[in-house]
Amino acid sequence: MLDVEKIRADFPALSREVHPGVRLVYLDSTATSQKPDSVIEAMNTFYRRNNANVHRGVHTLAEEATSLFEQAREKIARFINAANPREIVYTRNTTEAINLVAHTWARKNLQAGDLILLTEMEHHSNLVPWYMVANERNLRLEFIPITPDGLLDLESFEKLLELKPKLVAFAHMSNVLGTINPASEIIEKAHQIGAITVMDAAQSVSHLRVDVQSLGVDFMAFSAHKMCGPTGVGALYGKLALLESIPPFLGGGEMIKEVKFGSFTPNDVPHKFEAGTPAIAEAIGFGAAVDYLNGVGMEAVAAHEHTIIEYALDRLEEIPGVKVLGPKADKKGAIAAFTFDGIHPHDVAAILDRDGIAVRAGHHCAQPLHNKMGIPASTRASFYLYSTREEVDALVNGIYKVKQVFS
Amino acid sequence: MEDLYRENIIEHYKNPSYRGKLDPHDISFADNNPLCGDHIQIDLRVDKEGKVSEARFDGHGCAISQASADLLLESVIGKSIEDVKKLTRQDILDMLGIDLGPVRMKCALLSLKVLKAGVYGLGEATDELVE
Ligand SMILES: Cc1ncc(COP(=O)(O)O)c(C=O)c1O
Repeated sequence: MLDVEKIRADFPALSREVHPGVRLVYLDSTATSQKPDSVIEAMNTFYRRNNANVHRGVHTLAEEATSLFEQAREKIARFINAANPREIVYTRNTTEAINLVAHTWARKNLQAGDLILLTEMEHHSNLVPWYMVANERNLRLEFIPITPDGLLDLESFEKLLELKPKLVAFAHMSNVLGTINPASEIIEKAHQIGAITVMDAAQSVSHLRVDVQSLGVDFMAFSAHKMCGPTGVGALYGKLALLESIPPFLGGGEMIKEVKFGSFTPNDVPHKFEAGTPAIAEAIGFGAAVDYLNGVGMEAVAAHEHTIIEYALDRLEEIPGVKVLGPKADKKGAIAAFTFDGIHPHDVAAILDRDGIAVRAGHHCAQPLHNKMGIPASTRASFYLYSTREEVDALVNGIYKVKQVFS
Repeated sequence: MEDLYRENIIEHYKNPSYRGKLDPHDISFADNNPLCGDHIQIDLRVDKEGKVSEARFDGHGCAISQASADLLLESVIGKSIEDVKKLTRQDILDMLGIDLGPVRMKCALLSLKVLKAGVYGLGEATDELVE
């Protein structure tokens, strides 16, 4: 079991007051997690001591910066069990990682009439990049439907596979429903018909042990900021042979081997996808975040979150008028998005904020999913390794207060 | 802490005086706040002197967006279209009597945006209208 009080002490923001005398109850980790001291310190130390641009330089600081930057890549690779650190491409975030695949792999490999298979529960960042190539290249799009209890409809998935999609892109964990999708099964079935798979792991890598080799996924995108790391850096995992087969993304420094007047030779993977000065301190912070999570243990993180979401669903469902979206606790991560009695999520969130409770209100970048469920928006409470039962209780009490304001 | 949910705001939200549609109308415009899925439609009737004689709003959204719409329409009755064009974000804040952060500001300004796009006869409601 995880010692939550000890963990909370690592996260300085968790002990702040939001209003005079009102402690923060941070239930918005799905949007971005809080950061432990070790991550903040790793970035601080870099700027105070090692700051230099990476690669090319031969002076001591440049060597140090490059080593730290590349060590972080190795840590990230090990964290998801990639076979080779070169399979980790630094990006700004999940969104940029997915765009990279859409701009490079999809443009190179897809032709008019080809099909991309998505799901109804995707975040906009795993929809819009595909819509953009689809518009440009006249591709077709289909969506794996969700069942009324918020799971992917796998029977429909099998039928859609008969249409021979060239690419299947799906979220490992929904950022609204919390649903954990059966990634192995989806990837295996997609591979049987020769499709390439892209997994949006923005919500899963931070909460579960994800092993890219055992999953066999072709591309996977995730963001540091959702897993105790800083904003401004994320990663694309890609199988080495695939990364080597596709053209570069952005052009500029570092992504080249040689430039002449009028032509260039791209650099090796992963550098050929990393044009320009990267987010060096942030990449180092990303490495420190991985160290932090390894120190706690992802199995312990997942187990703790499971007890919290079970408790949260029990307590929320006690409240008349609350309807939690998505499946039961055994099929989901620690995300409870809900509607409440026709009260607008903005109002719920703003009234909860009076008690220092931070939740998110809106469509959470999943507008098609909300449309499908027939609601304009929802209120979302999400939990992480530092969340406590007392915080769930605070949320529940807060929701009763919302009711009072409107009665 | 300032209270967004003061009684007058809740009152305008729960019992709006100007909710509904006008058919026929002289001016009608609708827009969404994509951030939170709020939707507001505003219909106006304008008399011979160019003054707003009737106004209604319809749609859905949070208490702030709906109460601002109600307060805004209350304030435009009898105003000339030229005066309606001159309304600003500060006028909305004065009506609400609260200060708002950047996110809730969008909720509060949605109705003004829709109203101004309507009276200017524009194709779309842009943020410039309420700057
Ligand atoms: C499932 C999912 N995909 C993608 C993203 C986008 O992540 P980022 O904004 O870091 O690119 C998020 C985060 O909001 C998410 O929850």
